[in-house]
Amino acid sequence: MGKLTGLLKRRGAPETHTVLVCQGTGCQSSKSDQIQAALQQEIVQLGLSDRVKVKSTGCHGFCQRGPTLIIEPDGIFYTRVKAQDVPEIARCHLDDGQIIDRLLYQHPGTLEAVSHYHDIPFYKKQQRLIMRNCGQINPEDIQDYLDTGGYQALRNVLSGMTPEQVIAEIRRSGLRGRGGAGFPTGQKWQFCRDSAAPQKFVICNADEGDPGAFMDRGIMEGDPYTILEGFTIAAYAIGASQGYIYVRAEYPLAIKRLRIALKQAREHGFVGDHILDSDFSFDVTIKEGAGAFVCGEETALMASIEGKRGMPRARPPFPAQSGLWGQPTNINNVKTLASIPVILTRGAEWYSSIGTETSKGTAVFALTGKIANSGLVEVPMGTALRQIIYDIGGGVPGGKSFKAAQTGGPSGGCLPADFLDLPVDYESLTQAGSIMGSGGLVIMDEATCMVDIARYFLSFTQHESCGKCVPCRVGTKQMLEILKDITTGKGRAGDIDLLVRLGNSIKVGSLCGLGRTAPNPALTSIRYFRDEYDAHIRDHRCPAGVCQELA
Amino acid sequence: MAGLATTFGSGAMTNSISDIGGARCILAIGTNTTEAHPVIGFGVKSAVRKGTKLIVANPRYIELCQFADIWLRHRPGSDVALLMGIMRVIVDEGLLDRAFIEERCENFDALEQSLTGFDMDFVERTTGVLGEQIAEAARMYATNSPAAILYSMGITQHSHGTDNVMAVANLAMLTGNVGKPSAGVNPLRGHNNVQGACDMGALPDVYPGYQRVADPQARAKFEAAWGCKLDPSPGLTLTELFGAARRGEVKAVYLVGENPVLTDPDARHVREALESLEFLAVQDVFLTETARLADVVLPGVSFAEKDGTFTNTERRVQRVRKAIEPVGSSRPDWRLTCDIARKMGGRGFDFSHPRQIMDEVASLTPSYGGISHDRLEAGGLQWPCPNKEHPGTSILHTERFTRGKGRFVPLEYKPPAETADENYPLLLTTGRSQYHFHATLTRKVSGLNALKPEELVEVNPVDALMLGISEGDRVRVTSRRGEVTARAMVTDASPAGVVSMTFHFSESPANLLTNPSLDPVAKIPELKVCAVRVEKIA
Amino acid sequence: MDAITLTIDGAAVTVRRGATVLEAAQQAGIYIPTLCSDHDLEPYGGCRLCIVEIEKMAGLPTACTTPATSGMVVRTATPAVNEARRDIVALLLADYPDDCPACTGDDRCDFHQVVAYLGLDEQPFRRLHRSIPIDSSNPFFERDLDYCIACGKCVRTCDEVVNVDAIEMASRGYTILPSAFGGKPIVQSNCISCGECVVRCPTAALMPKERRLPAQEVKTTCPYCGVGCQIYLGVSDGQVISVRGDRDNDVNRGLLCVKGRFGVAGYVNHPERLTLPLVRKDGALRETTWDEALEMVAGRLAGFGKGEVAVISSAKCTNEDNYVIQKFARTVLGTNNIDHCARL
Ligand SMILES: Cc1cc2nc3c(=O)[nH]c(=O)nc-3n(C[C@H](O)[C@H](O)[C@H](O)COP(=O)(O)O)c2cc1C
Ligand code: SF4
Ligand code: SF4
Ligand code: FES
Repeated sequence: MGKLTGLLKRRGAPETHTVLVCQGTGCQSSKSDQIQAALQQEIVQLGLSDRVKVKSTGCHGFCQRGPTLIIEPDGIFYTRVKAQDVPEIARCHLDDGQIIDRLLYQHPGTLEAVSHYHDIPFYKKQQRLIMRNCGQINPEDIQDYLDTGGYQALRNVLSGMTPEQVIAEIRRSGLRGRGGAGFPTGQKWQFCRDSAAPQKFVICNADEGDPGAFMDRGIMEGDPYTILEGFTIAAYAIGASQGYIYVRAEYPLAIKRLRIALKQAREHGFVGDHILDSDFSFDVTIKEGAGAFVCGEETALMASIEGKRGMPRARPPFPAQSGLWGQPTNINNVKTLASIPVILTRGAEWYSSIGTETSKGTAVFALTGKIANSGLVEVPMGTALRQIIYDIGGGVPGGKSFKAAQTGGPSGGCLPADFLDLPVDYESLTQAGSIMGSGGLVIMDEATCMVDIARYFLSFTQHESCGKCVPCRVGTKQMLEILKDITTGKGRAGDIDLLVRLGNSIKVGSLCGLGRTAPNPALTSIRYFRDEYDAHIRDHRCPAGVCQELA
Repeated sequence: MAGLATTFGSGAMTNSISDIGGARCILAIGTNTTEAHPVIGFGVKSAVRKGTKLIVANPRYIELCQFADIWLRHRPGSDVALLMGIMRVIVDEGLLDRAFIEERCENFDALEQSLTGFDMDFVERTTGVLGEQIAEAARMYATNSPAAILYSMGITQHSHGTDNVMAVANLAMLTGNVGKPSAGVNPLRGHNNVQGACDMGALPDVYPGYQRVADPQARAKFEAAWGCKLDPSPGLTLTELFGAARRGEVKAVYLVGENPVLTDPDARHVREALESLEFLAVQDVFLTETARLADVVLPGVSFAEKDGTFTNTERRVQRVRKAIEPVGSSRPDWRLTCDIARKMGGRGFDFSHPRQIMDEVASLTPSYGGISHDRLEAGGLQWPCPNKEHPGTSILHTERFTRGKGRFVPLEYKPPAETADENYPLLLTTGRSQYHFHATLTRKVSGLNALKPEELVEVNPVDALMLGISEGDRVRVTSRRGEVTARAMVTDASPAGVVSMTFHFSESPANLLTNPSLDPVAKIPELKVCAVRVEKIA
Repeated sequence: MDAITLTIDGAAVTVRRGATVLEAAQQAGIYIPTLCSDHDLEPYGGCRLCIVEIEKMAGLPTACTTPATSGMVVRTATPAVNEARRDIVALLLADYPDDCPACTGDDRCDFHQVVAYLGLDEQPFRRLHRSIPIDSSNPFFERDLDYCIACGKCVRTCDEVVNVDAIEMASRGYTILPSAFGGKPIVQSNCISCGECVVRCPTAALMPKERRLPAQEVKTTCPYCGVGCQIYLGVSDGQVISVRGDRDNDVNRGLLCVKGRFGVAGYVNHPERLTLPLVRKDGALRETTWDEALEMVAGRLAGFGKGEVAVISSAKCTNEDNYVIQKFARTVLGTNNIDHCARL
């Protein structure tokens, strides 16, 4: 103890630190809350309280390396921190200013330790716009958000912009919906604004039912304020007085933080009657979702809010004409809404300078599967798959080679290596037979059987089909039966063509997006890996050696 | 329907079934619509789904309560107090339709005067309903126009049934809810052809079309048409008739298609009356409890075996068409009656087809003047339909009331003829089940019996506890007039102090218990309320 | 009436604003196959058979859910549309047992009609077999879900038309099926046996237990309550075997309750119906001839004074019966002692 004190004295001015401890769901599940408590205790014991601040934050995105913490202002990034590391961090780093190499991120290629998180390839290549505050601010303290310029956008809007001006600005920015379909947000708001009705609603779609996707959760846990701010602006623009945030019940932490944020926003006059002393009043209710994947579909979601069974209905009429309880309703994804404040503070021109011709801004992906660095990544639209997979994701681990990437969640398509240079945006993915979806990105390596993968994804969508319409309900069942036959050596000649025919009929015939996209994994894997299907059916052989019955 | 005749000039349903759905508010009082008139019940529920407000006034929890914005659970027999209480609120809060009252009605001052007797304290005490709830119902009914009132036996089958009906009529006039679409006062008739039987003059005081036998002009018209002298004095009503029979004054009865031994109140006395006759002829499709007492039984045919017309609750005359040949050697009722009449030397009974009968009806009954079987081929016609070109009338009293001006009738509250006392501490109300209709026809349908196999006496859990009765126990229900046994169903559908039964089961004939005490005007017995005692049978 | 005009298969069709494309086509007499729509039910869009092509609309929208708009150009039976429809029907048939008990070989069956219209000549898909126990707990109808195509009509009818909600769509996805609460037999639910679901089921899943089809139908009025529902009595071999609600009238618009739908044949055909006149001899009622019986009534009634006789008529009898009966009382018996049970 004496020695350390001496060191500090020798340095003169004592250094002040802020420790950002990730309290996202991923890190919490590896006890980051205990680590934070231990750290706090240690700091008190060492008498560092007045120069070290410990702050909980939302997800840093690099969940695979959790629990993570960042020590500012140095930007030192510690990964896989355990409780027993805490005394060392406190004594050596916080008190003594020494970096602990052992806890730094190691570049998987060079095996070099990287100390600053800006320098870690995983972060270096990202452009964090939607997730700008995630991992930086305390998601349970509105002051932290305000200190980063939060709620400036709402202030500007309410003090000087008409709803039409707001919509015009969003239209100019080129923002498109991040919930999957990529519909231009400004145009959607305009439709709803134009529907005359005494009561209108806005809904934030935070259902996020794709398995393996956790972008929206990350944002809700890391920066709920920005969602609320964007939501309030959307309500102002279309003229809604009531909003619902529909969050899946499996996201308790996100729900808790949204509730805290809502309470604080209300206390600060950002939500409620006469927001910021304007004529605009808006209130928000948080609804916990039932958990079915299809409840993320907008019409099913509205039925669920109304207390009915969460089944989609045909459009038209669109929600903007007749939505919740028959009233005009605007529904947006979490990421769409989280983009609003930054667009309005930095301007449409700035925003539209990011991305491609038709897809502006950034895309958030949940990078998973056979990939060295899995986690949440945010990149400009148009970034090549290769960059995401190799530069950010660190490539395929275990010396295996890349086989396919699936975008868009369980009903996206599987793209082979030929598409690695494909710029990721709405149009190019659709052209390749896949979809942007809400942002799942699963990497598969050479040991993956594409038939089996198609079967796997189909069994998910088939299981999640609500059962309302015939093509999806019975069609996906048939596709699954055929795929099961193929993977168990009972495939018949003609099955491939049958799958294609059926897949297309399901796509054109189904009522909602679930059915319309469910055949994608099968159709794209047939398109790009047809030989594997042939091998299964003709030669009773699984090239990847996955299908047990075809050993 | 004497009450409506007094106030409006016509006793029939003012509006049409199909326009109930368009009401912004429906007040359903004394009608268990979904059980007794299920198809109208569908319409009421669908209307509520589309935003119509529904007020249910009923002592029992009925299916409609589930759909109601307000359920007024008033004490059995306190309808006048409840309705007058509602009117008092409407008047006090200025929610009345002054223009309508002024232009279309008369005697409002007298009603207003009589409302002073119904301060909220009194109304609350009498009905057992909270004043605030009554006020809320009043506002809902008065401010959601057009508002329709539906009622049924729960209003009429009381010793003060006529008062009840007049109270309903007062309420509708007070708010201008008469003579326009989706409003009105709508008595829902029980039997398929109650309306028609009345229209046809199967009543002791009127000829077809409610032309009074006591009216010399009307009598002269029928004497001319029928070619004989007619008795100028009204005859006996059904209930009076049974009394007269017991006293030996009426000695012979020709009875067609009814089973009063089961369906009439105080059934023991009815049976005694029929047994004391010197001659009883019964015409029916089954050997009913009543037919078993007869000296001659004539097999009639069912509706499927004859041509003719029924007039439904909304005054719509509709065709009945022969689908099959008469079963066995049974014959249509009209033919049997004509045969007997001819054998007795009657003239004017030479009909060969019911269409000719309808033509005669049309010639003598102004409201049926334009109705013929031919015209009915295209669909039913609602009377009044005075001539061949007339399209029929879906809403009554549109320009003026049938009697000219709508007449407000001042009312006072009279308790039910029988109230609970020490010996008979509970009130019995009777109702219908949708699975049966009265007691004869549906009981022949095995599937309906399977769905509702036996009588269940509904007992409130509180009463059940005090009486030591549990679900499914056999109980004896005793009134001043008789006793029946049945199984108990413990449910809070019936309020404490009230038990309820249907009258479909000859095994448990509820009408042995009921009170023949008559409404002084309409002569309808008080089936809805009588005092009983309930005991568990060991 | 606010009307709009659109073009369907080249023909101009004018309909009220708010009508769906399907309603417009039906009005113009253009057949579009449907299995889940019903004029009493909210648009559903589940069976997908009514898909059509509409200019300026993406994909194949369903006619039953799409509001008709002015100037819309609709094509109802393009090759793309019919190809997709055939796959949809083939999918349904892949699940459907071969031996349909409802098969009448004509288009009284909705499903049969649709299959015939599309002219299916192959079954490309895997045969899938279900075997769900039959629910025959209701006395009047039976439910065999092996034939169910999950169109949801029964459940929606019970909800939207009957407002009873005795059944719901249980489970989801491929296993979604109508079910009474808790999967219990239907008779244990709050089902009121009105049979509205049975008449709307497009397949053999919900069938009346009386399977015979009438040779002929006669329109008449239900004999039970004062509503006066219009019905068709189905007749076969001189017997009433079925009842169907008439849709084209303002009283019941096709709807019926349990008594009207299922409670007529049972009493009309009942073995205890009286077939011969009876007279009391030696204290017991014995069969006799019409002559004797009528003579006896006429003779005995003639023997009483005017005030001593009374006639009780019936609210179940026709107007014509009642008219004759009161005329008889007044002109032949000379009394106004005539009444009926109206007041009850
Ligand atoms: C099966 C299915 C599931 C969906 N799930 C989600 C979801 O979890 N979150 C979401 O934002 N949108 C989801 N969507 C898309 C929504 O229907 C809707 O397009 C979106 O919320 C619109 O928001 P945006 O304009 O901001 O993209 C789903 C769509 C389908 C068909
Ligand atoms: S496509 Fe699938 S999920 Fe969507 S409505 Fe049809 S059955 Fe339901
Ligand atoms: S039982 Fe009949 S009506 Fe009901 S869902 Fe099945 S097929 Fe449709
Ligand atoms: S009839 Fe339109 S989808 Fe079934």
